[in-house]
Amino acid sequence: MWFLGFVILLIKLAAVLGALVLLAVYLVWIERRLLAKFETRLGPNRAGWHGALQPFADGVKILLKEDLIPEGADRFIFMMAPAVVATSALLLFVVVPFGEGFTLWGRRVPMLFTDLNVGLLYVVAISTVAVYGVVLAGWSSNSLYSLLGGIRGAAQMISYELSLGLSLAPVVMMAGSFSLVDIVDAQAAYPFILVQPVGFLIFLVSTMAEAHRLPFDIPEAENELMGGYHTEYSGMRFGLFFVGEYVNMLVLGSLAAVFFLGGWRGPLLPGVVWFVLKVLIVPFLLIWSRAALPRPRYDQLMAFGWKCLIPVALVNIIATGGLMLLFG
Amino acid sequence: MTLYSIIFYLLGIITLTATGMAVTRRNLVHAALWLVVSFFGTSLLFYLLGAPFLAALEVIIFAGAIMILFLFIIMTLRKEAAPRSFREVWRQWRLPSLLGLISLVLIGFFILSAAGSYHRLMPAMAAPVDFGRFLVTEYWLPVEIVSFLLFVALVGVLYLGRATDDLEAEKSAPRTGEEL
Repeated sequence: MWFLGFVILLIKLAAVLGALVLLAVYLVWIERRLLAKFETRLGPNRAGWHGALQPFADGVKILLKEDLIPEGADRFIFMMAPAVVATSALLLFVVVPFGEGFTLWGRRVPMLFTDLNVGLLYVVAISTVAVYGVVLAGWSSNSLYSLLGGIRGAAQMISYELSLGLSLAPVVMMAGSFSLVDIVDAQAAYPFILVQPVGFLIFLVSTMAEAHRLPFDIPEAENELMGGYHTEYSGMRFGLFFVGEYVNMLVLGSLAAVFFLGGWRGPLLPGVVWFVLKVLIVPFLLIWSRAALPRPRYDQLMAFGWKCLIPVALVNIIATGGLMLLFG
Repeated sequence: MTLYSIIFYLLGIITLTATGMAVTRRNLVHAALWLVVSFFGTSLLFYLLGAPFLAALEVIIFAGAIMILFLFIIMTLRKEAAPRSFREVWRQWRLPSLLGLISLVLIGFFILSAAGSYHRLMPAMAAPVDFGRFLVTEYWLPVEIVSFLLFVALVGVLYLGRATDDLEAEKSAPRTGEEL
């Protein structure tokens, strides 16, 4: 019977991987269309229905481009860095429960890959690995713009990782577990966003910084650093950074859904549908903020993380603990 | 040989090789990256031995925070390692190799002399809740001491960072009449 389980696992892996990458690719199109709407432009609308085939046209174009490696670059690290970014984004999804699970031929099929009892810590650990992609891409390109972008990325991502982790501590306290399945189960009555609005806001802002999206895209600030850490990349290696960034947006959205919005739980519609709807909230907010907010200065960004988000997150933890002790 | 022991020895080889490479590489960034590989190997060993909490912490703290800071500093320094003479290498290596030898002998002695070291350990899993409870009930004093130590270090860093700022401000600020 283990063979059947293996086949089911492979099918699940293929389906989720395909769905994630396809969603990520279409997120690019959605973002370009939405940005165009925000800025009263049209956006890509030529290829297919309302430009719906644009992602494929872009994909073909990017695959056919020449793969350049700059002179003096550390070849191996330069080639591996985009893969680190894309892989770490995809690996994050392993512990995310994306549905209720069903029974197939008398066999329970859970809608997740693995229920680690340290799932939340796994998420934090893997998201630290993504920093290496940015840092090493910046260092190995043998370019000053890239190096500056890499250094900024390292400083920004480790700073905001702290507030990200601290904003999740109250969730763990309320659920009493690091397991993402237990956290979703703990929200059967009400989603945690109702009792942890401050934690959710801190998580959202840290998410923007972790995904280095505007207004926190200092590591790749185009008008100062050309493209920051990915200045020297071309072709599909640049494409991998791009895919990694959008998969990362989706994964961060799914984490927001699991930790604060009740995961796949919801009335009427099936669990997976609710999950996808909730996942798309964070990417939408990220796109919206990109159109609406200007970029802060680098020191303002660091000061905001260390002097505002982290103290507020710490107070939030103490307040949650105190209230939990009071009301049992 | 079970599957677990095969994985164990594989991870051991990977970890030891990566650590060896980290010690011997002349390129500082490469050395740091090998050390990261070694941390990942150690983390997976922890996981294999039934301590997922420690495995996650190993990656978050060592691979995630500490090595990124190392890389950060190496990248801002951009110092190329110059070729060195045997005498310099020896001066740098004699104390670490002596300490390493001592700990190797001690570990070997403990492994060979401890009762039950030839028995096979039963697979166990330390859930995060059990681990935390064990830590704050059995070892609460060391935990408190360590956290106090870290707190002192934090205050120290804050003081040092602030002190230089004040000094520079004093240097650049124009002197007032009272001082004269």
